[in-house]
Amino acid sequence: MSDCHGCSVATLPPPRAIPTRRHIVAIVGPPNSGKSTLFNRLTGLRQKVANFPGVTVEHRMGKVKVEGGREVFVIDLPGVYSLEPRTEDERVTHDVLLGQMKDLPKPDAVLLILDSTNLARHLVLAAPVLSLGLPTLVILNMADDLASRGGGVDVAELAMQLGSPVALVSASRGTGFDKVFQFLAGATHTAPQAAPLMQLPVIQDIPKCRAWAAHVGSKGKYRAPAPPHWTRRLDAVFLHPVAGPLVFAIVVIAVFQSIFFWAKPAMDLLQETITSVGAWVGSMIPNPTLHSLVVDGVFNGVGSVVVFLPQILILFLFIGILEDSGYLARAALIMDRTMARFGLQGKSFIPLLSAYACAVPAIMATRTIENKRDRIATILIAPFMTCSARLPVYTLLIAAFIPDRRLLGVFLSTGTAVMLGLYVIGFLAAIFTAKLLKSTVLKSSRSSFMLEMPPYRWPTLRSLGLRLLDRSKVFLRRAGTVILAVAIIIWVLSNLPVHNGQPPEIGQSIVGMIGHAVEPAIKPLGFNWKVGIGLITSLAAREVIVGTLGTIYGIEGASAKSEGLQHALQQDLTLGGAVALLVFFAFAMQCMSTIAVVRRETGGWRWPIIQFSYMTVVAYVCAFAANKLITLWF
Amino acid sequence: MELKHGESGILDHLDLPDDDARRLMELGFLPGHAVTPGHSAPGGDPRVFRVDGSEVALRRDTARRLMLRHENGNKAAKES
Repeated sequence: MSDCHGCSVATLPPPRAIPTRRHIVAIVGPPNSGKSTLFNRLTGLRQKVANFPGVTVEHRMGKVKVEGGREVFVIDLPGVYSLEPRTEDERVTHDVLLGQMKDLPKPDAVLLILDSTNLARHLVLAAPVLSLGLPTLVILNMADDLASRGGGVDVAELAMQLGSPVALVSASRGTGFDKVFQFLAGATHTAPQAAPLMQLPVIQDIPKCRAWAAHVGSKGKYRAPAPPHWTRRLDAVFLHPVAGPLVFAIVVIAVFQSIFFWAKPAMDLLQETITSVGAWVGSMIPNPTLHSLVVDGVFNGVGSVVVFLPQILILFLFIGILEDSGYLARAALIMDRTMARFGLQGKSFIPLLSAYACAVPAIMATRTIENKRDRIATILIAPFMTCSARLPVYTLLIAAFIPDRRLLGVFLSTGTAVMLGLYVIGFLAAIFTAKLLKSTVLKSSRSSFMLEMPPYRWPTLRSLGLRLLDRSKVFLRRAGTVILAVAIIIWVLSNLPVHNGQPPEIGQSIVGMIGHAVEPAIKPLGFNWKVGIGLITSLAAREVIVGTLGTIYGIEGASAKSEGLQHALQQDLTLGGAVALLVFFAFAMQCMSTIAVVRRETGGWRWPIIQFSYMTVVAYVCAFAANKLITLWF
Repeated sequence: MELKHGESGILDHLDLPDDDARRLMELGFLPGHAVTPGHSAPGGDPRVFRVDGSEVALRRDTARRLMLRHENGNKAAKES
């Protein structure tokens, strides 16, 4: 790349509005400046997550309707402190802004979002961004915080100094957006730039940039607000030597407790609805074969997975609240020592925590880890974290096999304890693996840990809502495609070969034959052939096993239908086998999407193959041991 | 120089490899700025440092390489 940041780049006005050409506006800003809140505020539901071709960094793109019904495309770029391309995030932001990103034209304009409560420091990023010469609107976010904490800024004066329009907004409350929409409308024709009063500094020199920012700030009559008292007060508790870890433990337990109990009424309701809709649809179909396909195949198969939507949403809701409120950074701080003991660092904790929701975004989130070996190690252990796709399997087996008793008054039940135990063994396997990797193949010198603690903020309903909507779409799309397809295939194979026009006993069907063929391998774990089929189909995604078992048992026993899958499993699996199945799912890497993302992130098949084999061996050995021990004790 | 909780010093220079130093500078650790230690994880490591309007958590072995001076100009390494 050219190092000519400092030179003044001629401002080339973007071409006149041609209806066929997309107008692209990039949102740039430092981490914690409220970029995503701004993006959500602008685009609402008209957004989607996409990947740049060839790189793994996810970005969100959305459409904004401006004056006259025209549309502007807005891209949310990764948060950066500078435009020096050192991490992958920074490279993407750099490349997009310079028009070097494949398949994406150079943006027509830039929305530079800065935190107005920390303006002097955030203005440092304005220097390299403004020197690009693109029409830029400087958005000073958190206007409400700035005012309530007694700070202030002269927007008009600041705009003169920067030579770019400036808007003071509160992205979370939606105030001050007139100017943003005006700018976006203008960006579709041309926005002539005024020459900045302040000469831009040499971009590579951070102290010079900082001095420039201070100067611009003072010319713009910037008064820094009082320190955030609430953040200080909350940190006095959350980072207290005794109370801090206690709160951390309570938060973690509360999250898991609520996944289990809050979701239950919603799940019961959903289950009832699916069953009655299935029965109603079934009653409309006179043909017995078609009836069986729809009721046993589709409704039992897909329905048994869809039921878990409330649980998954509650988990994502909690992770969203922890992340948006700023607590997650504190959790990373508290966990850093523990992570360091296993050769990792606090920054690995954030992807690992999101791996509790799903390993795929978690593995993408590892790109903030600068040290390559730390990053690979974090990628390799992330799938050990109990992702939400395991929840359907765990919930089903725990409800079927673990008697519901209270352990600590109302606080903890046996079900929650077992669930928590499964989370713990996943975590232990992860840190054991990390230790193993970091002391052998991925050895590196002690890495540094630098993490900004953002002020605490109320998560906005809008951001949380959009997150949950996005997750529901992903989950239901999978239920409607992969899981539906597997359910239909399983149903067809369970009903073949046809003898004298009659479907075979399920044990004699193709599914039965495949199941019986793999049974010897899994018998030592206490699994029968039906579980074997589930294990094969769950290679696509973990929760598919629930759908598969739903289909198989749905076909097998019309009597079991009303009692559901739990009852059928109780008849068919020993306690040892059930616990072994739980352990197997805690450790095995049953997920195609994860394998694909690991291949992409590590740049080859080597790591995903090692990872898959390793996890399968660990799962098999531990499930075997669990089956033997449980059978011995009970 | 040992900083007590709440006591601050002025950053003189960063005794760190270029990459780390740059990253810290981007986070606000620039020579001439006041650095104030704040809360920490249990056991005192890592610790949050207030600098230039932000709060940034650093491990002890990084924080140790921030060379501070008192307002009166005495140079000393920072340890908290």
